[in-house]
Amino acid sequence: MLTYILRRFATAIPTLFVIVTLSFFLMRLAPGGPFDLEQPLEAKVMENLRRIYQLDQPLHAQYLTYLGALLRGDFGPSFYFRDFSIAELFAQGLPVSMRLGASALLLALTIGGPLGALAAFRQNGGADHAVMGFATAGITIPNFVVAPVLQIVFGLSLAWLPVGGWNGGAFRNTVLPIMTLALPQIAVIARMTRAAMIETLRANHIRTLRAQGLSGATIALHAGRGAALPVISYLGPAAASLLTGSVVVETIFGIPGIGRYFVEGALNRDYTLVMGTVVVVAIFVLVFNLVVDILYALLDPRVRLD
Amino acid sequence: MAPVLEVSGLKTHFFTRAGTVKSVDGVDFHVDRGEVLGLVGESGSGKSVTGFSIMGLIDPPGKIVEGSIRLNGKELVGLDEEGFRKVRGREVAMIFQDPMMTLNPVLRVDTQMIEAVTAHDRVSHKAARERARDALAKVGIPSPEERLNAYPHQFSGGMRQRVAIAIALLHRPPLIICDEPTTALDVTIQSQILAEMQSLCAETGTALVWITHDLGVVAGLADRIAVMYAGRIVETGAVDPVLDAPLHPYTSGLLGSLPAEGEPGAPLRQIRGSTPSLARLPQGCAFAPRCDFAQADCLAQAPAVTAFPGERGVRCHHPLNLAGVAA
Repeated sequence: MLTYILRRFATAIPTLFVIVTLSFFLMRLAPGGPFDLEQPLEAKVMENLRRIYQLDQPLHAQYLTYLGALLRGDFGPSFYFRDFSIAELFAQGLPVSMRLGASALLLALTIGGPLGALAAFRQNGGADHAVMGFATAGITIPNFVVAPVLQIVFGLSLAWLPVGGWNGGAFRNTVLPIMTLALPQIAVIARMTRAAMIETLRANHIRTLRAQGLSGATIALHAGRGAALPVISYLGPAAASLLTGSVVVETIFGIPGIGRYFVEGALNRDYTLVMGTVVVVAIFVLVFNLVVDILYALLDPRVRLD
Repeated sequence: MAPVLEVSGLKTHFFTRAGTVKSVDGVDFHVDRGEVLGLVGESGSGKSVTGFSIMGLIDPPGKIVEGSIRLNGKELVGLDEEGFRKVRGREVAMIFQDPMMTLNPVLRVDTQMIEAVTAHDRVSHKAARERARDALAKVGIPSPEERLNAYPHQFSGGMRQRVAIAIALLHRPPLIICDEPTTALDVTIQSQILAEMQSLCAETGTALVWITHDLGVVAGLADRIAVMYAGRIVETGAVDPVLDAPLHPYTSGLLGSLPAEGEPGAPLRQIRGSTPSLARLPQGCAFAPRCDFAQADCLAQAPAVTAFPGERGVRCHHPLNLAGVAA
C-alpha cells in the first residue's frame, strides 16, 4: 500500500512539470503584456519595467528562471498587485477559499448522499421524484442566479444574513456563499448516489444477502459500500475545484478568496499570478486524485491486490 | 411423511407496462425430505421465478397472485418481510447461477459467512467464524482457515461456487433451491460439484430443488423431474420413466435435441419456433404452435393434468408413449 502511494506520488511530479511548461508557453502566446495599459507607457519606462521583471530576456531563459524559482518554492512577485508577492496573495486568499469549499463539500456530502440513498430505496416513489426534481433544479440553475436570489431572500427581505462581505470569516457571512457553492454539488451527489445505489441494489450479491435472511439494515450497509465508489471518484475533482474557489461566488459575495485570481490574472496578463494559480490548482487536483485512488484501494480489494 | 415443500396452484405474475407477464401460471409440485427434484425448462419457462417465489424474492412489478407454498407445513405466501427473513437461509437456502456475482466482491469471505451465521443464530464472532471454517472444509476447500481471509475474486469459479454452497449449508436448511449453480462452470468442475452436493445432501437429509435446462445434469442427480413450459409444469414423474418414455411432446423434443441422441455427424434436431411471449399466451395449449402432434382441440383448450400411477402427470391432450405408462 505504501509503495503504491509513493509510486503515485512519483508519477505526479512529471505531470506537474508538464502542466507548468504548457501553461507558461501558452500564456505567452496571448497578445499583450502586464504593462500594456490603456495609455501606453513611455518607451523608456516600459524598457525599465521589462528589465526589472526580466521580460527583456529570451523566452527560454525566462522559463528556466521561473522553473528554478518554483523549485525553491518561490512564486515570484505579482505584476499587477505591485506590493504583493504571489505567495502573500495565496497566503491571504487560499485559507478563505478552502474554508468555503470544504464546508460546501461537507454539506453536499451529508445532504446529497442520504438524499440519493433515500431516492434509491423509494425508487419511482414520491420521495424519489421530489429528490430528483430538486437535483435537476440544483444542476440547471446557475450559481449567478442562485446567489442573488439568496441575497434578496435572506439578506434583504428577511434580513437574517449579511448580503456579502467576509467580515473576518464570521459564520453569518459564510452561510450564503456556502449554500450557493453546495447546491449544485448536493444535486450531483444525490443523483450519483441514487444511480449507484440502484445499480448495487440490483446486483446479484445483494439478492444473495436477502436469500441468506440478512436484515434490511445490513443489506443497506453492503449496498452503501458498493455505491460509494462512483461517488468517490467524482468527489476528487469536485473537491479540487471547490477548494480552489469560485470566481462567481467570490465576486458576488465580495469574498477575498483566490477564485478571482484566475480571471484577474489572465485579464491583467499577470504572468506570475496565472502561473501560481495554475500550480496551486494542479497540486490540488493531483492530491485529490491520489486521495481518491487510496480510498478506492481501501474500499475495493480488487484494486488493492492486483 | 409430509413433504418438505408443497407448492400448489402457484401463480406469479409481473405487471409490466407491456402487459401482465404470467411467468408462473398455476404450478403444483412437492419435494419430499432428502429428495432431489429437477425443475427443467428453457429460458423464460418460469423455473427461476418459481424458485424466487419460494424464497419470497419476487420484487415489484412481480407478485404472487394466487396459490400456496408450504414449507414444512408452514404457509409462506403472504408472509411479511420479517417473517420471510427468518425463513430464508435457515429453513430454505438458495444457490445462484453465477458464483462470480453472488458474493460481495469488496468483502472478505469470512465477513460474509459470519454475517450469514449471525443472521439467524446469536453466537460469538469466534464461534461463527469456526462454523464458517468447518463449512468450507466440508465442501472441499483446501486450507479453509487461510481461505477465510481471502476475497471472492481470489477464488476460482468452482471454489467460489463451493463457498456459496458452504454458505447455503451453514444453517443446515431442510431445503436448498439451486438455480443453475453449475451452468457457469467447466464440465469437470461441474461433475465434481454435483457429486459433492449429492453426498452432502444425503448426509444431512437436505432436499434439493435443482433448477436447470440441462437434462444431463438432471439424469445424474435428480430423483424426480418436473418439466416447465410457459409458466406451467407440463410433465412430472420419476427421472428414469420420464426420460426413457416422455409423455409430453415437449419433453420428447428436449430429449431429441440432446447431441448424444443423434447419429454422429447428423444435424441436431431442434424444437421448431421459440418460446411464446408470456404476456400473450395462446388460448389453447401453450406448446401447440410448436408441437408436431397438435390437433384442433390443442388450439382450442388448454389441457388439464392427466395423472398416472407413480406420481406421473402430464398436461397434454394427446400424450406420447402411453403404452409405457399403462404397462
